[in-house]
Amino acid sequence: MTLDVSGDNEFEARARALVQDGSLGYDQKVRRLAALATEMLPYPLISAACEEALSKRVICDMYEGNAPFTARYILPDYEKAIRQGLVHLEMPPPTTLADALAFLQIMYSQVPSVTTYPVYLGDLDKVLAPFVDDRISDAQLDDALRRFWIGIDRMLPDAFVHLDLGPHDSRITRSILRVERSLRQAVPNITLKVDPSVTPDDLIEDAVLTVFQTGKPHFVNHPMMVGDHGDQYAAVSCYNSLKIGGGAHTLVRVNLKEVALRHTGSTDEFLATTLPHYVELTAELAEARVRSLVEQQHFFDTHWLATEGLIDIDRFSAMFGIFGLAECVNLLMAYEHAGSEARYGHDAAADALGRRVVERVAELVAQRPMPYCEGGNGFCYLHSQSGIDLDNDVTAGTRIPVGDEPSMFEHINTCAPHHRFFASGISDIFHVDETAVRNPRAVVDIIRGAFASGMRDFTFNLDGNEFVRITGYLVRKSDLAKIADGEGARHSSDYLAAGSENAYHLTQRAVKRIGCHERAPR
Amino acid sequence: MKDTATGLVASTIAFSNVDGPGNRFVVFLQGCNFDCVACHNPQTIPGHAVEGDHAPLRMTVPELLTQIRRAAPFLSGITVSGGEATQQAGFVHALFTAVKDDLSLAHLTCFVDSNGACGPDTWAGLSPVMDGAMIDLKCLDAQIHQQMTGQPNDEVLASIRQLHALGLLYEVRLLILAGVNNGTELVQHTAEWLAAVDPAMRVKVIGFRQHGVRPRTPALVEPNAHELQAVATMLQAAAGFDICVI
Repeated sequence: MTLDVSGDNEFEARARALVQDGSLGYDQKVRRLAALATEMLPYPLISAACEEALSKRVICDMYEGNAPFTARYILPDYEKAIRQGLVHLEMPPPTTLADALAFLQIMYSQVPSVTTYPVYLGDLDKVLAPFVDDRISDAQLDDALRRFWIGIDRMLPDAFVHLDLGPHDSRITRSILRVERSLRQAVPNITLKVDPSVTPDDLIEDAVLTVFQTGKPHFVNHPMMVGDHGDQYAAVSCYNSLKIGGGAHTLVRVNLKEVALRHTGSTDEFLATTLPHYVELTAELAEARVRSLVEQQHFFDTHWLATEGLIDIDRFSAMFGIFGLAECVNLLMAYEHAGSEARYGHDAAADALGRRVVERVAELVAQRPMPYCEGGNGFCYLHSQSGIDLDNDVTAGTRIPVGDEPSMFEHINTCAPHHRFFASGISDIFHVDETAVRNPRAVVDIIRGAFASGMRDFTFNLDGNEFVRITGYLVRKSDLAKIADGEGARHSSDYLAAGSENAYHLTQRAVKRIGCHERAPR
Repeated sequence: MKDTATGLVASTIAFSNVDGPGNRFVVFLQGCNFDCVACHNPQTIPGHAVEGDHAPLRMTVPELLTQIRRAAPFLSGITVSGGEATQQAGFVHALFTAVKDDLSLAHLTCFVDSNGACGPDTWAGLSPVMDGAMIDLKCLDAQIHQQMTGQPNDEVLASIRQLHALGLLYEVRLLILAGVNNGTELVQHTAEWLAAVDPAMRVKVIGFRQHGVRPRTPALVEPNAHELQAVATMLQAAAGFDICVI
């Protein structure tokens, strides 16, 4: 894990390859060189068993680096920042919409994260509400937000940059959706919080029409999130739900497929012995990384967001991710019943086993105290991890394998029971075919039904759209093509996507039929 | 009586976005009184049980309600299609009545997707329990209609008028076969006739597609996008129809 820096070394070769890479821009090179440099530092102290599991990629640290010097996901309290101004950046509280937008743009440039770009831009409908009244027309609002939006995409070129809207309707929300549809940018990513008793159908339909254009927004079940986090929460990055004024120190994850491959024996033994062993190793990794960030690098003692009260360590936790549930279940089914071909997502017994595995992980994580994680009441947040570019032959989170999804109705019935366990997000993706464009209300119906069924958060992809969602973030197919052709691309997330797309054929994900072309008309 | 009513069901689907407003559970009934050359599901035409991959099921209303209840949180309503739904109007009536009587399903709207070839008593009987109908008008010209479907169109035209008068006409669908029913004069007459019923009518212009259709000589021809748009333009010139071209 720590780079060999002696003599004719790997470090030099990798640094040279980066500085000479013609497809990377200047900023992209600087950021990658910085990441390479932290690999020269020793890894946080972990046990030999933990190190072994990490090197075999049974568990994973998401390549956050050997010496974490920023929390992975940070959700500054922008409403508070706007009220009290910024000492470090010498910005007084704004008084007009133009001031507020400039204030935010400046603040965004200084909010750290694991990607180096801010992963949370605020609940913009609420943050901007004090500056929008009847004296500003819809046309003026659209015009101001359009300039702001172009600035976000050009200056923060990363699809993990994310903002939230809802659950209440507002002129700002509608304006943002209009601007989104007209600009069709990959950045920013957007979540609409939906409260079935508050969010009007008409707003959800407006959001669905935006999905048809841009693949955004993501939809979250507001009452369920409030139940887990309180009302000061937001979905950020590629669908991690965390506390505003807080965030996540780190994200570690366990590959359930690899755990199952290291198991022999019954499912009961898996749940009693093998799974707890790897869950503990994952937790050990999380603890080592959290302690490094807090105790060695002193992030919360030194960063101005913390010293000015815009984030509070007591609103942070660590994220404990799982992925590869589908392969894990299929392996366990085959161990238990020789020759069984029962598949997760297609078999009631396999689905029930999937629920047992998730419940067991949730139970174990809820019993494993974690330091500096008061945001999670002293424990990690459980997360269904949606994958990274290097995952091959393993399915994201608790999803059904790409291309193997059943009908949307069965898909929802398989996935919905898991959602309550994943306070920090699960993000299932449903594909709809183009017939939905003529009947957006059908998608509104499905959103309402999915939330009534206990789903926490999900996204729709429209078949045939220029935008394609890779593991959780959006890219434009035309940008992927540029990387394939060696031309390079402007968004740093596009490079991750190119890796996923090549490994994973994600654009071949099965189209979920909520339509029936060949049946009707007669 | 109604709880024991059974229907011959070709198939069901839990989610459809192309069979009326919103997301709908669709029941495809077996058996049709037309024999359309352009039928996409010819296996649903025989009005009796057939052997093989597409064997229809005899189902009771409670059996269907069990399926509908599972999907209900995701639905705007249910649609009964076919085959031809009105060929089993008694069963449709029993199903719709049961849906309206079930507290967990009463919010669902009940639609019929029909070829319109039934008498006025059928719609009069269904009207208290149905919320809308989508009617196919294969052709205004009686002779061409006979060639396309094997049946006259007088009942179809009467159904469209009757359903509009009842406030239950959701949509009229025009299936366009290139060179058969898209002549300028015919389309203009059709537009005038529809406008006389309701100038704000929702009209769906559907291009014929070969998928699923029985082979015949000479083969039927799919209209191109230009031909379909020409039909839509002529319709729009005649009245303020709410037109959708697919």
